[in-house]
Amino acid sequence: MTDFLIAFKTIGFFHLTPGMIFMWFIALILIYLAVAKEYEPLLLLPIGFGILIANLPLTGLMEPEQGLLWRFYHYGIHWEIIPPLIFLGLGALTDFGPLLANPRLIFLGAGAQIGVYITFFTAYKIMGFELTEAATIGIIGGADGPTTIFLASKMAPQLLGACAVAAYSYMAMVPIIQPPIMRALTTQAERKIKMKKVRKVNKLEKLFFPIVSVILIILLIPASAPLISMFMLGNLFREAKVVERLSHTAQNELINIVTIFLGLPIGATMNADSFLKPKVIFIFILGLFAFMISTASGILLAKFMNLFSKRKINPLLGAAGVSAVPMAARVVHKVGTQADKKNYLLMYAMGPNVAGVIGTVIAAGIFVTCLT
Amino acid sequence: MSENVLAPLAGKIIKVNIEKGTKIEEDDEIFIIEAMKMETPVFAPCDGIIKDVKSRKGDEVEEDDLLAIIE
Repeated sequence: MTDFLIAFKTIGFFHLTPGMIFMWFIALILIYLAVAKEYEPLLLLPIGFGILIANLPLTGLMEPEQGLLWRFYHYGIHWEIIPPLIFLGLGALTDFGPLLANPRLIFLGAGAQIGVYITFFTAYKIMGFELTEAATIGIIGGADGPTTIFLASKMAPQLLGACAVAAYSYMAMVPIIQPPIMRALTTQAERKIKMKKVRKVNKLEKLFFPIVSVILIILLIPASAPLISMFMLGNLFREAKVVERLSHTAQNELINIVTIFLGLPIGATMNADSFLKPKVIFIFILGLFAFMISTASGILLAKFMNLFSKRKINPLLGAAGVSAVPMAARVVHKVGTQADKKNYLLMYAMGPNVAGVIGTVIAAGIFVTCLT
Repeated sequence: MSENVLAPLAGKIIKVNIEKGTKIEEDDEIFIIEAMKMETPVFAPCDGIIKDVKSRKGDEVEEDDLLAIIE
């Protein structure tokens, strides 16, 4: 009889808690959004599944030193290997041509980081988060997944799951979040401003860009080195034109493989005990706030720049400073064509868009330097 | 008098709605260019008849490349 009871106790069913079942619903919502709505499916699908299996009892998957998913987390994320590898792929995918053709648009990529800092101060001063936690929440406003994960794993691993899910869900919702703000802050006439081609970018400039910028950025903010060095290496693979195979692998096979090992353990960090806290709701609210402020500050900076420049910038381009590549650029293009169907902003928006990625990495580097 | 249709942005031509001799009106969608996984139509700048089509489906074009000539 006692043997029977012991065997009985090893069955997971009897160890289920209401919190776990609640987390299943969150997992299923993310999987639903990924499958039915195609909201960032490459990440939300493995994250959703990770949440589900992390909330099944007695699995030991996240058991330190032993569990499978713990190992993925420890060696991939805690050791800061996966986010830089994703950046290698992103670098190989990124064309800096539009930015080099119109270098003044780089400021718009910086302007959108204002949201990161406003949110950081709000979370710290008003909401009472710790400094490191506030920094991690603020960086959600940069709209860059790997950077958010990188910073969270360094500064506030307890918030990593929630921040990553907030960042990726809001990125998927960029087409919903941004347009109302963009329309509210610009006039019809401003939205109709057509951008003119400035100049042709030659191959040598594109080749030198990753080399020069890696030196400059790392000299300025050494703590941004892991992300920025891999990003620029990927970009050098692309622009060198002699390592087609490496460039191809970085932007396809490698990024796909590490994406699997990124999403699953992130989901697995979200067990009922650590996730079901009032704090998490505030993270989602602050994350949205950060996105909105970043969008607005990019637009307002573009309008400010127009006060001093002869060649007017379409202020919608400021909204593309929120990284979310290339979604934010597409949104800018769409809102622009609604004002004038012959206004082609897409490629101009790619400039601030890629500048936004670099801006977010720099913002994260500044946090790491100042707070650790 | 002839007018040139230039590519408004860099990308790949995925649809050509005209051929030599097609009669078109201003704002007709004459090409569709795909860039950043987004389809963008190219509109006719004026009324007229297509004198020559310079790019074909599948071509990669740069901004300001000549796509067609309208007469």
